[in-house]
Amino acid sequence: MSLSEAGLLSIQDLSLSIHGLPILKNVSLDVAPGRILGVIGESGSGKSITAFSVLQLLPGGASCTGSITLSGKDILSLSEAEMCGLRGRDVGMVFQEPMTALNPLKTIGAQVAETILIHERVSKAEAMARAADALHRAELPQERFPLSRYPHELSGGQRQRVVIAMAIALRPKLLIADEPTTALDVTTQAQILDLLKRLVAEDGMGLMLISHDLAVVADLADDLVIMRQGEVVESGPAKVLFGNLQHPYSRALLEASAHVPERCQEVLELPLLQVRDVVRDYTGHTHGWWGKTTQFRAVDGVSFEIRKGESLGLVGESGCGKSTLTRAILGLEEVQGGEILFDGLPVFTHHHANQIVRRRMQVVFQDPYGSFNPRWKVERLVTEPFHLLANPPKGAERDRAIAEALESVGLSAADANKYIHEFSGGQRQRIAIARALIIKPDLIILDEAVSALDVSVRAQVLDLLADLADRFGLTYLFISHDLSVVRSITDRVLVMKSGKIVEEGPTNTVFDRPNHPYTQQLVAAAPVLPAGIA
Amino acid sequence: MSLLFHSRTLLPGAFLTLLFTAAALISLVWVPYDTTVVDIANRMKPPSWLHPFGTDQFGRDILSMIMVGARTSIAVALVAVGIGMAVGVPLGLAAAARKGGLMDEIIMRANDLVFAFPSLLIAVMITAVFGASALNAIIAIGIFNIPVFARLTRGAALSLWNREYILAARVAGKGSARISLEHILPNVANLLIVQGTIQFSLGILAEAGLSYVGLGAQPPTASWGRMLADSQTMISLAPHLALFPGLAILLTVLGLNLLGDGLRDSLDPKLRRART
Repeated sequence: MSLSEAGLLSIQDLSLSIHGLPILKNVSLDVAPGRILGVIGESGSGKSITAFSVLQLLPGGASCTGSITLSGKDILSLSEAEMCGLRGRDVGMVFQEPMTALNPLKTIGAQVAETILIHERVSKAEAMARAADALHRAELPQERFPLSRYPHELSGGQRQRVVIAMAIALRPKLLIADEPTTALDVTTQAQILDLLKRLVAEDGMGLMLISHDLAVVADLADDLVIMRQGEVVESGPAKVLFGNLQHPYSRALLEASAHVPERCQEVLELPLLQVRDVVRDYTGHTHGWWGKTTQFRAVDGVSFEIRKGESLGLVGESGCGKSTLTRAILGLEEVQGGEILFDGLPVFTHHHANQIVRRRMQVVFQDPYGSFNPRWKVERLVTEPFHLLANPPKGAERDRAIAEALESVGLSAADANKYIHEFSGGQRQRIAIARALIIKPDLIILDEAVSALDVSVRAQVLDLLADLADRFGLTYLFISHDLSVVRSITDRVLVMKSGKIVEEGPTNTVFDRPNHPYTQQLVAAAPVLPAGIA
Repeated sequence: MSLLFHSRTLLPGAFLTLLFTAAALISLVWVPYDTTVVDIANRMKPPSWLHPFGTDQFGRDILSMIMVGARTSIAVALVAVGIGMAVGVPLGLAAAARKGGLMDEIIMRANDLVFAFPSLLIAVMITAVFGASALNAIIAIGIFNIPVFARLTRGAALSLWNREYILAARVAGKGSARISLEHILPNVANLLIVQGTIQFSLGILAEAGLSYVGLGAQPPTASWGRMLADSQTMISLAPHLALFPGLAILLTVLGLNLLGDGLRDSLDPKLRRART
């Protein structure tokens, strides 16, 4: 696309360094009015910093060369005061985390009106009226969501709509959305993406949509930019580009996001874990110590079985009771009704977790950064489950166990003496798997274990999991909100909604021919790569 | 290590603290003059080469008195902080481990009870009932350090209990006592060190205050607060009698506060990242 045609935003040869460390190298991209530019890249590729350089919201010590032109104005030559006039008025921004992007102490009306009051000399009443209009356009109508609502009274998706309303209140020419749906559930994600698409068409603004997820962008974008390590590796109109990816990195990225690990494990007919009519209630004290208590049923009569060697998926949106169920299976919280049997033995006996059962289950959590004590070395982190054993290995035997666990996940024995901050996200997740493997469990629960990883790293970890299952005869319970991941690694799948299992069956059958309306909704909402390119 | 010296307040704070700690330690083995010997011939001498800070109304060397007084102040404040930490931290950890439970309520409401009384007033009451001595001053100041540390520990521990590595430890079958000791305590240690220095300076002030009203260390033990009290009737005749113990208190408290600020800046990873 030539410069004259682009019109709205044009970044040419932008290089950026922070304290002399180069971050961006010769980045060029254009956004035209009424079009959506998808910027794709993995963490550290420089996609967010490119967006922030348009707003000149850069960390201290940053210096830019090249040019950024927004409707004819050279951004890099503007003063801070001029930039303040531009931010929010000409360029709106939507952030990733709707939970923290809003001020919890101000009503949604006041927050949207604030943007208007900063930029225009209007009365407070008029600003509020226009805020109501902006919220209406973001599909939060006044009748159901009055301006006096506070952020905590809204769900994640509704908050993201408030953030969008703030961004579009002054009808900016350019909207930057930095991973706007990453923190949201699939169905909410689909709604937010539809909303963004509609707003772009209505207002004729340009949208710069930043994402790590090819499928999200592929559905929506007119043009694409693929970034890696601060450089643009490939760019062009989405339709042309997807049909004909040139750069090996773009192809690898595409393959990774559609990756299906090879599995050749036998499933035995023996049940390993049996969950029968499990009920878990939470009691809330809403009116102080002596006031009324409220009951909330997080898991409501759930029954299922996992057979030995099987990989079972559990799919559902946040708040559906997945995590509560996981805790109950792990014996961390007692259930109020039903029973959980592991290889015929109850997980809970006399209000205490059964140690014999616990020894045979382990768990891998989502957050590769939060699941390790930052003050421990890897050897101590990995051997923590030894606490479950009556006679944990000592001395040379312990060292051998550590080396074996680390090597089986593709790390080296020498890594045992490092601290956790020396590892990347993908490596940390491998260490988490090593920690789960070290006591040779039968069942590993993977609680969103690959959700926080970049696609290429995710593909590697999925391969690793498939390989480990073959080698050690592991059984997996794979909990995720990401349907494509569940589809690639599980034999059977359970769909959970509001504490109940609504559908269950072989993975492919459930996803290809969903019976329950909720499953149909989930499958329809899941972003997919355009057919025929993967 | 170099990160430790990014803070502008850390070095002067550490210098002042070390200076007074050194004075206290040296006084254990050597002082310029014996502080228990009265030398009426040399009383109320202004500063000179023989007596750099002058002498008091009994002819005792003020420099020596300050050195010995540093020992009293530091010992009282240190033991009081020690009591506060030794009792408060386990209470805070226990309360966090049983968040919302009966134990949590009991511990925190008992804390509120202690917090509700003006600390110096209760210290006066304790020493009035059990007699005035350095030991009772230590106990009185120590009791008021307990809720400070219990609250701080509980608050910091609560946020840590939600981390996934705690969940991982629970999956490994560890009980809450073990988790508190192995995972929580090391991760709240920086906070405790910083609060410790601040409580330490408050302890020195409290000891000086108690000694000033005659409820702290008893003669012949030298104490900064007592020195101030003794000199107040003679302030117009010999101002140096009040000046030097006053300066000693001021500089020690200032030094400890600067040290605490500096440590907080250096140990808090968030502030550290913001600065680099």
